[in-house]
Order: sequence, then structure tokens, then C-alpha cells
Amino acid sequence: MSVTTKPVNQKAWFLILPVFICVAFSAILPLMTVVNYSVQDIISPERRVFVGTEWFAAVMRDEDLHAALWNQLKFSGAVLLVEIPLGIALALSMPAAGWKASATLVIVALSLLIPWNVVGTIWQIFGRADIGLMGATLQRLGIEYSYTGDALHAWLTVLLMDIWHWTPLVALLAYAGLRSIPDAYYHAARIDGASKFAVFRYIQLPKMRGVLMIAVLLRFMDSFMIYTEPFVLTGGGPGNATTFLSQYLTQKAVGQFDLGPAAAFSLIYFLIILLFCFVLYNWMQRLGQTEKEGGHD
Amino acid sequence: MFEWMAWTTPVAIFFTCIVLMLAGMTVWELKSPTTMRKGFLPMATTRGDRLFIGLLGAAYINLAFVGMAGWITEWLSLEQEPSIWISFVVSMVWLVWTLRKG
Repeated sequence: MSVTTKPVNQKAWFLILPVFICVAFSAILPLMTVVNYSVQDIISPERRVFVGTEWFAAVMRDEDLHAALWNQLKFSGAVLLVEIPLGIALALSMPAAGWKASATLVIVALSLLIPWNVVGTIWQIFGRADIGLMGATLQRLGIEYSYTGDALHAWLTVLLMDIWHWTPLVALLAYAGLRSIPDAYYHAARIDGASKFAVFRYIQLPKMRGVLMIAVLLRFMDSFMIYTEPFVLTGGGPGNATTFLSQYLTQKAVGQFDLGPAAAFSLIYFLIILLFCFVLYNWMQRLGQTEKEGGHD
Repeated sequence: MFEWMAWTTPVAIFFTCIVLMLAGMTVWELKSPTTMRKGFLPMATTRGDRLFIGLLGAAYINLAFVGMAGWITEWLSLEQEPSIWISFVVSMVWLVWTLRKG
């Protein structure tokens, strides 16, 4: 008997052509124009000069940009370090079924429904020392809290705001992951007399890997692009304590209308995000691989 | 149309190269499909993965060079900033090396 291999039909690729055309107009062509603007000095539509890598050099050597990038990395790192464990803990403590489960889901998801600029406004009032609940309480406790005057306080307030706004997303994703684990796993664990921690470490955490990967990527990208909330809350200040990359880019592109440097900076920003997502994705994939191979000892 | 969107020749050449690379990779893939293998990179990669890593690395090499050109000028007390072609050659070597040995 001869083994016949099924011929592979590559024509199906043409089916993605409509999507490709849409993406070309919505993403690829705009990105190409950004590349194009990053090598020119456009003074007016009629007057433009090719400047080569000059803008890239200017942006790469900009001290303010270094500060904004460092600030951003610290912020995104802190967001992931706090929100992911907190979200998992929240999901673990949520009821599994019944009306309580539905009620908790709605309550937990509430903050996700609030628009970004409203979140900023809420926290602006919440943190005020005269009428704000948090600000006034901290004042009473003897802490000289001021998110408009103290750089560290401003930074922590923005972080707290992001945690308040987005931890529920992580919790909901983790919750969905938890609910998809079949009961048989828990039964087996009970028979083996596994501790609560062992159940978490060897059943729940590995089974949540997929959704946690999405949570990490989403939270990383969103926090890396954060703009509206700190803009409303602190306007990037005091000084530039809460000036993150987006804010810096907007100052350049919209405030000063420097299209060339802004385009160069956008591309660098894009490359940073691309690298981080690629590394994170591969790292988490690999984690899954070793777990599968390691399996049961 | 090209006048209207202010396209420049270097950018056109850049994107033509990218498109040619993608087309070439597609033809190559059809002729002889890629297999996962492990090289000097920390994970097993396909040909396409290596192209992506190579291009991303090339972009970073050029950016780093442009960013540090000022230092290099001062350090080696050159009369003018070193040419971007140096980093271009380095990045292309990196790209080929990643594709072959990565």
C-alpha cells in the first residue's frame, strides 16, 4: 500500500484578501506614512526637506524622552506586579455559582464601564485634601498627601487609579479561566489529599495560563499607552513626574506640531511595544511548554 | 498620488525591500516548507520567526547607533559623526546571521 499525501491547496489564502485590504488601509498604509514623515522636515505642504535620520538622532538623545521612558517602564512594571496577583486573588475569592456569582461579577466589572476621562475626574476629586474622601482621610491621619504638589504622591495616585480601574479586567479573565477547569481535577486533588496551595499551584495556575497571558499582554500594552487618566488627573506633573510616553508624544505632535520628531518617536515607541510583546508572548509560551513536558513526576 | 502623500525615494526603497523579502519568503516556503529548529536563539524558531527577530534586531541596532553616534564621535574624537552606513552593514550581517544560525 502506498502512502499518498494529500495535496495542499494554497488557494484558501485568497480568502483573507478582503481582510488584508481593510488592514492595509487602516494600519499598514498609515504606518508607512509615519515612516515617510519621520525622515522629512515638513514646514508646509509645499516645502519639505529630506533630513535622513536626523529626527531619530534628536529623539534618541532627548533627555526628556529618557525620563518619560524610564517613568513608563517603572509604571508598567508596577501595574503588572500589582494587578496580576491581585486579580488572581480576587478571582479565587469570588463565589463559583448562584446569584452571588452574578452579583459579584456585575459589581467587580463596574469600574470597567467608566470612561477614561471620567476615571481621571473621579480620582481628581477623590484625592483632594479639602473635599475628597481619600485626600481628606489621609490628611486627618497626619499624612501630608498632595497629588498636585508631591511627585511621589502623584505617581502613586496614578498607579492606584490604574489598579482600581483595571484589576477587575484581570479578575474577570482569571475567573473565566478558573470556571473552565473541570471538576474532575478537584476531585483527583481531594483524593490525593492536596493542600489548597498545591491545588492552586498545580491545577489552577497552569489552567489559567492562557487567560493570564492575555491579561498580561493587555495590561502591559494598555498601561504602556496610558494617556487620558494621568492627563486629566495631573496633566503630567508635578514637573514631569507623571509624564508617560503618550503624553510626551502628544506634547510634541499636537502641542508643538513637530511632525517629523513625533513620527520618529512613534516608530521608536512602536518598536519598544513590539519587542516587549514578542518577548512576553514567547516567554509565556515557553513556560507552558516546560510545564507540559515536566507534567507528572 | 505619490506627490500628494509626500513619498520619498529612500522610504520607497525601504518598503520595496520589505515587500520583496515577504514575497521571497512566501515562494521559499512553498518550494520547501520550514521546520522548527533550535539555534543560538533561546527558543526553537521557524524561518519566518527568524526573519522577524532579525528585522527587529536590525531596527534596534540602527537606532542604538544613531542614538550613540554623538558619544562615539566624542570618544574617538572624530571630526564628524560616523556614517549610518556602518550600522546598516552591521544590522544586515546580524539579519543574515540570525536567519542562518538563529
